[in-house]
Amino acid sequence: MPKDNNVRDAVPRIERRHFLILSAATIGGVLVYSLDRRVSRVFAQEKSTQTLKIPLRFFTEEEALIVAAAASRIIPTDDSGPGASEAGVVIFIDRQLAGPYGRDRYRYTQGPFEEDAAPEFGYQGKATPKETYREGLKGLEGFDKLSPEEQDKKLMQIERTHFFALLRQNTIEGMFSDPLHGGNVDMVGWQLVGFPGPRMSNYDDVDKHYGEAFRPKIASLEQVIGRKVRPSEDEDMK
Amino acid sequence: MKSLPRTDVVIIGAGWTGLLMAKELGARTSLNIVVLERGQAHKPGEYIEGMDELDYSERMRMMQDASQETVTLRHDTKGRALPIRQFGAFLPGTGVGGTGEHWGALFPRLTPECFQLYSKTVEKYGVKKLPEDHTIQDWGITYDEIEPYYMRAERLVGASGKAGNIRGKKIEGGNIYEGWRSDEFPNPPLKLPYVGSLFGNAAKSLGYHPYPNQVAILSQDYTNPDGVSRPACAFCGFCVRHGCMIGAKSQPTNTLMPLLTKQKKVSIRAGSRVRRIVHDQAQGGKARGVSYVDSSGEEIFQPADLVILSSWTLSNNRLLLLSGIGTPYDPTTGNGTLGKNLTHQVTAAVGIFFDKPLNRFMGAGSAGLSIGDIEGDVLDNSKLPFIRGGNLMASSGGSQPISAFGGMPRSNNVRWGSKWKKAAIDYYDRAAGIQGTGEHTPYRTNFIDLDPTYKDSAGEPLLRLTINWHDNEKKLAEFLTKKGVEVARALGVKEINPGQGYGDYNVARYQTTHVQGGTIMASSPDRGVVNPYLQHWQLSNLFVLGGSTFPNQGSANPTSTILAFTYRTADAIVDRYLKKPALLA
Repeated sequence: MPKDNNVRDAVPRIERRHFLILSAATIGGVLVYSLDRRVSRVFAQEKSTQTLKIPLRFFTEEEALIVAAAASRIIPTDDSGPGASEAGVVIFIDRQLAGPYGRDRYRYTQGPFEEDAAPEFGYQGKATPKETYREGLKGLEGFDKLSPEEQDKKLMQIERTHFFALLRQNTIEGMFSDPLHGGNVDMVGWQLVGFPGPRMSNYDDVDKHYGEAFRPKIASLEQVIGRKVRPSEDEDMK
Repeated sequence: MKSLPRTDVVIIGAGWTGLLMAKELGARTSLNIVVLERGQAHKPGEYIEGMDELDYSERMRMMQDASQETVTLRHDTKGRALPIRQFGAFLPGTGVGGTGEHWGALFPRLTPECFQLYSKTVEKYGVKKLPEDHTIQDWGITYDEIEPYYMRAERLVGASGKAGNIRGKKIEGGNIYEGWRSDEFPNPPLKLPYVGSLFGNAAKSLGYHPYPNQVAILSQDYTNPDGVSRPACAFCGFCVRHGCMIGAKSQPTNTLMPLLTKQKKVSIRAGSRVRRIVHDQAQGGKARGVSYVDSSGEEIFQPADLVILSSWTLSNNRLLLLSGIGTPYDPTTGNGTLGKNLTHQVTAAVGIFFDKPLNRFMGAGSAGLSIGDIEGDVLDNSKLPFIRGGNLMASSGGSQPISAFGGMPRSNNVRWGSKWKKAAIDYYDRAAGIQGTGEHTPYRTNFIDLDPTYKDSAGEPLLRLTINWHDNEKKLAEFLTKKGVEVARALGVKEINPGQGYGDYNVARYQTTHVQGGTIMASSPDRGVVNPYLQHWQLSNLFVLGGSTFPNQGSANPTSTILAFTYRTADAIVDRYLKKPALLA
């Protein structure tokens, strides 16, 4: 595989310099991918006061904190296991919005728009996911400072909006997509449901284990195939 | 416009039909063949990197780029059509291999009566049973005539299954209700995942006759009659919406390309978007070639003696409409044929929740079992409020967590938060489904034309679909759901989500990628666009391949029938047309 020696080329131009600063305690014991895909491992038990500076591609720091808080109410950290925080869902969403998905690269975006069309016609709005988030987040100012109960109340008020539908969908994606996309850190999402990730073969097992859980060791795509994979969110980057 | 030297044959679209035609003509004639494909070639190693649910299943990396070209849709002629901004109800592919790369590879044949839908339905139930506004007609060819070509298609892809009817002899364990076969499947059925085995036991207990799904996925290593070898399926579970990393799922790139890359007289030009079929009505009706825009943006004229239109259903219709070939269908008068009989397969689904783990991450395309006891050829519709029928199936295609997380009985009335998360984890590997597919009858009110408002990225009109569900389909879907619930109960599951049935046609809800019709075959030019050899009635050197030529939709997925007809057309071209280039009677 050709190796990109020029690290600067691999880093996109960032117009605003925003970082998400998280305390290691909130995302304890996980791998975090920095912008140039260097991996840092943060151990909460070692240095609970350690903070982590993650460069953001799209969100401002304030926005990132709100999205992280909201994603964490959609898939909370609770007694059923880790949630959106541990999976780094906000990092996933930030990268998606900065990439082709965020600007609707593959959606038909010519007018005229009929925003009030019946749901059978799918989303007919003009706003791209980027625009929907930026606009939607204006209505959630200070959200990350509210109590969980107040946060839930706030989300209930917007749960029928297109913004919330995206936020919910993107949270699920960030929780369960391959870690190469920046979420599902340490494959916590897959551990939660017992999904082993991609496997080269299930030939010997597909007609066995009837009625019993078969849970092979979890591995990510890059671990399974032994090479780097370029995700769609990096498509625009030179 | 730059004009290239003349070629013998130009083929529009490098999917299943275009590449099969190129392979046949390349192997059996000395013709020079140019294949034009709007998308790109697939790279080796691409599919192993494609075991990624987000980029492939969710962001749909293998599908047609809707930002460049989509279609519009309205429910009736009174409504204003809106663009399908993101594909949802059906997912056309793009690039070399087309939709045949990301398909699920179910490979059943149509039931025999589908080919003679009008005469068989009238014979059994009388004219009065036909639904209001129907445009049902016979195909001009019978199952018996197409049977040998089905056999060739099954050997090409190495279909796995078990015959239920060999030359009239019924065989237990196969689909005893299927049309006769001249021989057994080239490969035995796929291994059976747990869900399918449970479904089979339940279906048997109700007196049904479950059979292994008939698939274009190899159950064992196989070399086809062309000498192309492919390995047995590994049940990795990254199948539908993905390309097969090992080539066990038959795709044009692994089944046809190994031969085509060796054929020096066939050249495939990727990144070539065809704009028009250039034709000369004055010279007794001949296509002269095609104009296309290459990847650098240059417009090029490629003259050719023979033009094969083999893109997907939508582009087949659009290119004929944009090129002014044939008479557009007028739903008010019933005159014209181009755009007529738009159909989309009927589906039904029943969600079922077990009390034990199912290991749903393992699977392949449609590994599982089906029942054919309620097919249109088998059912007695005289006491039912609809015509025709369908089938039910339980399969394990490989479940992936973004789409699977959150599947739970409807009684859990939550969509987010701790309670939802807990239930979603709890039901995660205990959820399965029984799927039904049913036939779709054609109607006067379901048709294709050009949109007056919306344009593609080149400024050309988009195709417009006018389609909605009629009572016949709503009642058939209800019936399939009811039967699915009966099987679910026999499975002993306590929690069942019966599908919610049809309202208006919904562009966002995945149906199947089997949109058909518009350039239908018929035995006379006033009833169809092509003859049963798929030759255009007006331009005898133009052939149109694919599901766009089907006058009605069967419950069976269409690809085996599409390939069978492509073989038949290839034979007709090689054995008859090239000897005497004229309309084949």
